[in-house]
Amino acid sequence: MSARARPRVLAYRRRATPLHAARAPVAAAYGGALATAALIVDHPLLLLALGIAVLGAAVAAGVGPELSRAARRSVIPMLLLTVLVNAIVSRGGLTVIARLGDWGVLGQVDVTLEAVVSGLVLGLRLLVVSLACLLVVCTANPDELLFALRRLSPHSALTATLTTRLIPVLGEDARRLAEAQRCRPDGGARGARGRIQVLSATVSGALERSLDVAAVLEMRGYGSARRVHRARAPRSRHDLAFGASAVGLIALALLAQLSPAGAFAAYPLLSMALTPATFALALLAPLIALAPFADRRGIEP
Amino acid sequence: MTVLEFDGVSFRYPGAAQDALSDVSLSIEAGEFCLLTGLSGSGKSTLLRAAAGLVPHFHGGTFAGAVRVGGLDTRSSGPAEIGALAGTVLQDPETQLVMSTVRAELALAVENRGLPAGAVARSVEETALALGIGGLLDRATGELSGGELQRVALAAALVARPRVVLLDEPTSQLDPVAGDELIWQLRRLNQESDTAVLLIEHRLERCMAAADRVIAIEDGRIACDRDPRGFLEWAGAERPELQTPAARLLGLLDISPPPAGVKQARATLRRHGLLSAERPEARPAPGTPRARRRRRFGRASGVAAALELRGVWHELRDGPAILRGAELSICAGEAVVLMGRNGAGKSTLLRHAAGLLEPTRGTVRSSGRVGLLMQNPGDYFLHERAGDEASPAALERAGLAGMADRHPRDLSGGERQRLALAIVLDGGEPASVLALDEPTRGMDRAAKSRLAAWLRERAGEGTAVLLATHDVEFAAEFATRAVLLAEGRVIADGPVAELLSGGWYFATETARILDGAGAALLPAEGARLLRGTGDPRPLPELIAEARP
Repeated sequence: MSARARPRVLAYRRRATPLHAARAPVAAAYGGALATAALIVDHPLLLLALGIAVLGAAVAAGVGPELSRAARRSVIPMLLLTVLVNAIVSRGGLTVIARLGDWGVLGQVDVTLEAVVSGLVLGLRLLVVSLACLLVVCTANPDELLFALRRLSPHSALTATLTTRLIPVLGEDARRLAEAQRCRPDGGARGARGRIQVLSATVSGALERSLDVAAVLEMRGYGSARRVHRARAPRSRHDLAFGASAVGLIALALLAQLSPAGAFAAYPLLSMALTPATFALALLAPLIALAPFADRRGIEP
Repeated sequence: MTVLEFDGVSFRYPGAAQDALSDVSLSIEAGEFCLLTGLSGSGKSTLLRAAAGLVPHFHGGTFAGAVRVGGLDTRSSGPAEIGALAGTVLQDPETQLVMSTVRAELALAVENRGLPAGAVARSVEETALALGIGGLLDRATGELSGGELQRVALAAALVARPRVVLLDEPTSQLDPVAGDELIWQLRRLNQESDTAVLLIEHRLERCMAAADRVIAIEDGRIACDRDPRGFLEWAGAERPELQTPAARLLGLLDISPPPAGVKQARATLRRHGLLSAERPEARPAPGTPRARRRRRFGRASGVAAALELRGVWHELRDGPAILRGAELSICAGEAVVLMGRNGAGKSTLLRHAAGLLEPTRGTVRSSGRVGLLMQNPGDYFLHERAGDEASPAALERAGLAGMADRHPRDLSGGERQRLALAIVLDGGEPASVLALDEPTRGMDRAAKSRLAAWLRERAGEGTAVLLATHDVEFAAEFATRAVLLAEGRVIADGPVAELLSGGWYFATETARILDGAGAALLPAEGARLLRGTGDPRPLPELIAEARP
């Protein structure tokens, strides 16, 4: 059997970067802070700044291509769909930019500037939160995270372990099944029908596969009630730096949301603060997020 | 000290018509190295699962008798408790690894036993070093090759220092070199740490010399439980399909007792004056039928190729090159075997031949359709009935005429293989090339012989057959030409008798016993060669006559 090709799906792989050198819970907290900050702030400029911060962090962590590929394939289409749906469905806003006439069930559809901007803000928030979550997937060691979860809730950890292991196994099954269909003399069923056939065969094999994975976990004593010991790695400079950055990002988001500098309202008319303080906050967000990457000491695995 | 004991164990899977295990009683002592063998479907894997506590805890069914592992009764102790005493490696290495890095995978078993952190780290390091996987510790498990997966699964089973190790065909995906290494690593651990080993293996010649005892199982019952020589004597009389090639060779010469390995076979032949102490001539002389036959292969023949690969490269983006200018030309009716170490590029080459992959450089041409049977026949099944998978004519051609109403996943390993072949060859343009990737995985010797005969028939009808395998004995039985692949390149290409007789790892047991004499590969050829010492004809001619 030949060596398997590098996985195309997003997955954790230890790289020589400061974020990978931090412990998994710290890396997850850092990505989580970026996502939380994007959920707290409303101002488009600050959201844009957080977006730049996430992309900058992805590039600095060596996972920029993976994240941009995922963004192109799924997140940006979702963003565009959000803008479109919000523009058509939203009844708020006073600045009409297009009158689309009577759409039956939807009635008279007027597209307003406020609805478009509101949709863009929603979509931008979705983009930043999704990319921050993908950053966690690529930079936080899942084994360490599951270990941490296991201390809190053994049963949830068991379910999470089974699921995380089963997903790549089933993905590989589906890839092989699809390849086998191409080996049929007629090339197998194509399009949606072919995909449904492969999906159905993968799902029917899932039970068998999950039993195998569960059996292995059980034989390795995963279900035993004993307390699990693991050597605690000392806190590295990267743990401290990314931890501080996560706290800083949340503080900045709260400050922006509570201060007039972060004020934003889409309806009924667009209004947003564009003061020097707003620009200062927008500049600070990427700086706080990217500062820990400057220290590259001790990052080799 | 008894580490594993079966006491009158019977077991029936839920909904099954007959028992998978029937009144099985056996005991394994500390430090014993036991082989478990038998035909496909005889109950070997079920016995192993019962020893691991998975039967009946995971599979349900009806269980009678008792299994005790290190004193723990599997009826009252679950697989987790049994797992502390018995390390288990099941057949499919893909589902054997549950963590995302090798280090975490190895640590899992010892952490769960409640060992302190320092002991966990030490156990992981020691086991990795002992099994030669130190370099893999920080690799992601999703990036490992099949051979690496199997080594890591074995390490994960051994890391908690179990009293008994249970292994279900651990060498099935390994090349001959890696397979031999793994068996001897197991033997060393067994000798040094007194760990008992219970190993299921179809290719007995690979591990017979390391074994203390061989247990044969038939229809869920123990049919033979003796030392290797005793087992081979029993197999010679009762179950010839379970004999090793060395035992068959000496059996054909009416020499007893049967040898447990190459060393014993050579010593016995020397005692009988059939093998000289000097190294014999390893290659046939120029002008012999074999040397003449070699000129017919590939491009030199001038015959139009059924399949032709010209300078084929397969380079992964951000990764290594899997194929590096592979050159191969196969004529209609040729039976060609593709061999090489794990990761040499065999599966990738077959995928290129079938048009599933596009070369990054080079060209692939075929005179017609290329039917590809990949490693797992189950990947071809989409329906609930075998009859819905292929036409009645295709089923009949594959010898599955009466099985149209059976569920494909309920068929035996050999039947699944043939159903997948029926699917690949059903309807459309007839395949001019048939490519098969490791088709003998998990097959017993009888099923392999049937497959070899079926493939030779297809070749006889004019189909070019290209088959990738690690099974040297099967390659010798089936092919006329062998191609050796290394680092994505063809490094040797010639008659199977030449390529599989001169080496040590890529050589049949008969060839190793005879040290390549007369290019004899199979026991019948070897016996003919040795018996024919008084025959005036040249040895290669005798060998040519003996080959199927």
